[in-house]
Amino acid sequence: MRKRILIAALIALHAAILLAGLLAPYDPANQNRGFPYAPPARIHWVGRSGVYWRPFVYAVSPNLTGYHEDPSQIFPLRFFYRGDSYKLLGLFTADIHLFGVDAPGRIFILGTDAYGRDEFSRLLYGGQISLAAGLLGTLLTLAMAALIGTISGYFGKWADESFMGLAELFLCLPWFYFLVAMRAFLPLHLNPTCTFLLITCVMGSIGWTRPARLVRGVVLSARNRDYVAAARGFGASDFYLIQRHIMPAAFGVLLTQAALLVPQYVTAEAVLSFFGLGIAEPVPSWGNMLSILQQYNVIVSYYWLLAPAGALVVTSVIYWLLADALHHWVKSHSI
Amino acid sequence: MKSGARLALIACLGTPIFVAAAPGPQPLSLAEEVQHVTAEVGRYGGRLVVGQRSEPKTLNPVTAADAISRQVIARCNADLISINRVSQQTEPALAKTWKVSPDGRTFTLNLRKGLRFSDGYPFDADDVIFSFTVYLDEAVASPQRDLLIIDGKPPIITKLDQYTVRFTLPRPYAAGERLFDGLSILPKHLLEKPYKEGRFAKAWTLNAASSAMAGMGPFRVKQYVAGQRIVLERNPYYWKVDRGDHRLPYVDEIVFLFVGGEDQQLIRFEAGDTELISRLSAENYALLSQGAARNGWQLSDLGPSLEYNFLVFNLNDVDSKKLPDIAGKQLWFRELRFRQAVSVAIDRDSIVKLVYGARGTPLWGNVGPGNKLWINHSIPHPARSLEDARELLRSAGFSWNNAGRLLDSTRKPVEFTIITSSSSSQRMKMATLVQDDLSRLGVEVHVVPLDFRAMLDRVFQTFDYEAAIMGLGGGDPDPNPEMNVWLSSGATHLWHLNEIQPATGWEREIDQLMQQQMITLKYDKRKQLYDRVQQLIAENLPFVFLATPDILVGAKAEIGNFHPAVLEDNTLWNADELYLRAPNAGIERAGLR
Repeated sequence: MRKRILIAALIALHAAILLAGLLAPYDPANQNRGFPYAPPARIHWVGRSGVYWRPFVYAVSPNLTGYHEDPSQIFPLRFFYRGDSYKLLGLFTADIHLFGVDAPGRIFILGTDAYGRDEFSRLLYGGQISLAAGLLGTLLTLAMAALIGTISGYFGKWADESFMGLAELFLCLPWFYFLVAMRAFLPLHLNPTCTFLLITCVMGSIGWTRPARLVRGVVLSARNRDYVAAARGFGASDFYLIQRHIMPAAFGVLLTQAALLVPQYVTAEAVLSFFGLGIAEPVPSWGNMLSILQQYNVIVSYYWLLAPAGALVVTSVIYWLLADALHHWVKSHSI
Repeated sequence: MKSGARLALIACLGTPIFVAAAPGPQPLSLAEEVQHVTAEVGRYGGRLVVGQRSEPKTLNPVTAADAISRQVIARCNADLISINRVSQQTEPALAKTWKVSPDGRTFTLNLRKGLRFSDGYPFDADDVIFSFTVYLDEAVASPQRDLLIIDGKPPIITKLDQYTVRFTLPRPYAAGERLFDGLSILPKHLLEKPYKEGRFAKAWTLNAASSAMAGMGPFRVKQYVAGQRIVLERNPYYWKVDRGDHRLPYVDEIVFLFVGGEDQQLIRFEAGDTELISRLSAENYALLSQGAARNGWQLSDLGPSLEYNFLVFNLNDVDSKKLPDIAGKQLWFRELRFRQAVSVAIDRDSIVKLVYGARGTPLWGNVGPGNKLWINHSIPHPARSLEDARELLRSAGFSWNNAGRLLDSTRKPVEFTIITSSSSSQRMKMATLVQDDLSRLGVEVHVVPLDFRAMLDRVFQTFDYEAAIMGLGGGDPDPNPEMNVWLSSGATHLWHLNEIQPATGWEREIDQLMQQQMITLKYDKRKQLYDRVQQLIAENLPFVFLATPDILVGAKAEIGNFHPAVLEDNTLWNADELYLRAPNAGIERAGLR
């Protein structure tokens, strides 16, 4: 049962983010300048003339003390609504949104930010960047960790000493300050794709040390096992041994590490963007959406802008549960 | 109650608490030519606690260059003639009266007699001569020196008698008496020795003994605790008195707490630790407004400041081999119709609304409505129009591709980067709004927040930037302090620094007009000249002006004589008149006792 819930949650999270364009009612960069810091919309079923057969929102307008609803103007929620155009899965141009309301009504189910941009739409689109950075960074890390850990553990001697020495050096470098300094040397403007790739590469290539040491440990113990010695005795080459006998032993470790690294890298992207080192406006990412919370008045007045932090927590918890489940699975299937 | 506990309580209550008392004001003597102020009569006692972003760098009035140091220094020192922060007009200070010769070159100042420095030492013309000798000494490198040098020559200062000094300027200088504002008079008896020994710059550092410092201001330095606070105490010899002949200042002490940035200052004010808060952002002002009635805070929106925020394009002579991209884009930036199109496409009302929470004013020129004496009301305020912007671009040879991207005459897509200071959330917001506005013209704009120093380095030194959003102004409303910006040879001629000759005809005309207004003594004539300068700036758009914020300040209800001003220091300019209606309770909470 627990496994099923976990799998459902994993699928739901990734589907929501992959299908951001469909689920989000607006383009994430659309500014509604008349609605800065609008609170989350209240969805009603009951109006002046009783219960309605479909949910609706009232028109809202700003006044001196905040926003107020105008019960005389009702905008029913429409499903599969035609609105801003977007690229579904980055491939197909579409303009169908899961829900929306007719103009001049607006539906901001998670409120708006300082420019009146829909927080819910930005959260979904921001998740694409954050999660993709996490997944690609993890892939890069694991590829490096598998290669270095295997060479180090299998061949030992100077290869082991030099790689593990390098790993120790990497572990003690203050990476955040290094990245801040590095930004100063990069060209002034990098387009969002370049920034995204750069962040992914930087995160991926910094994080290899820990998994590489784990892989090395597993390889070290696997290469001395009897069946490996037997295969070697029959004349198997190093490449064959690594591919056939050593790597499968390290696979479980890599899988568990992957589930741990993804949330770590999603958070790392958020931290970099939070400090202005990541994706630049107006492209959303969970980190640059959270950066507005550096202002005291925002954090005490507009709670809905904490939504990306909630998304980070949910993502991390799902991945940690996955890591836990994988760990148990690997343990029960290990030789 | 057990007898032991009762005894202990009695012992506590009965024990006198020894606190170093602030010096009481000295009795007035007939020989003193004091200045009477018209403010409400207050009561003596109490402490004012004020938050500061960081600690001052120095207490030396001659070498201080940063606003934080100046805020502390201004409380301990006095000038000869002051600009009244509310009326924005000059008024007597240590000079009781002054006379200007008909040719506007000679200023004869009569000093007040019988005054003393905060250490009790008498003040006279020798201190004035000494002070100006130090300010004008190139070796001391005072930031105020440039203001006193006219046509490359210093003024000649002559002592006529013990209380009369004459200043002769190399040529007529309009509103010359405004030059004296902020130039502190130094105690010759304390500073002559270090000056002669070449140690002047090292005198009056933060760690200097308070007995080695004295000034003519309402307070004197009592204690400095590194990283925490600086405490000023009453100058018992201060030369201003109220209508009841009570010597000012009223409060015993002013404490500057080094609390950090604006948000930290706000939190300390909300917590009751500090009594005054200046230069609030609109969001923080709105936050305080919610609790103002409950907490008894007096909050004031003083209206538009004198600061102007603007978008500037890099029109410097850049090396096309070193910075080929920027040199290429300068072809667009130099095109007036391009700058006009950018200006007309920007939604300034949205900037005021979203950046300043409607507590600001859109700008189309360098002089905003906060500067009532000098604003040129005939400068047009064209409404935002994307159609007009497109028309201007079309007439300048730009076109659009099928995707709506703006292309120049060589079919190159128009895109540029705006840099801004990452420490200013307001300018970052402006940049994001401008980015969105220009995207509607098909221009791709990138916003890059940079560390403030890194940004200044690019703007002033390397010229490695395409456009920037910055702010200037905020000091004296007179046109003279703006000379640096508008003269083609000025050090703050941001869009094109180091011009040997004016690069354009309109810059040449501005040079002539600014020089002319500087030597014109009549206000009406000067106003005409400066109106034309404003007109030329608005027509040629070296800066695309955006908006100016309102000055927003706050104080606790118990602060009397709280008359904040648009000019700096907004809340503390009349610190000598401020008083506490009731003993303040914030001190214990701030951990000061």
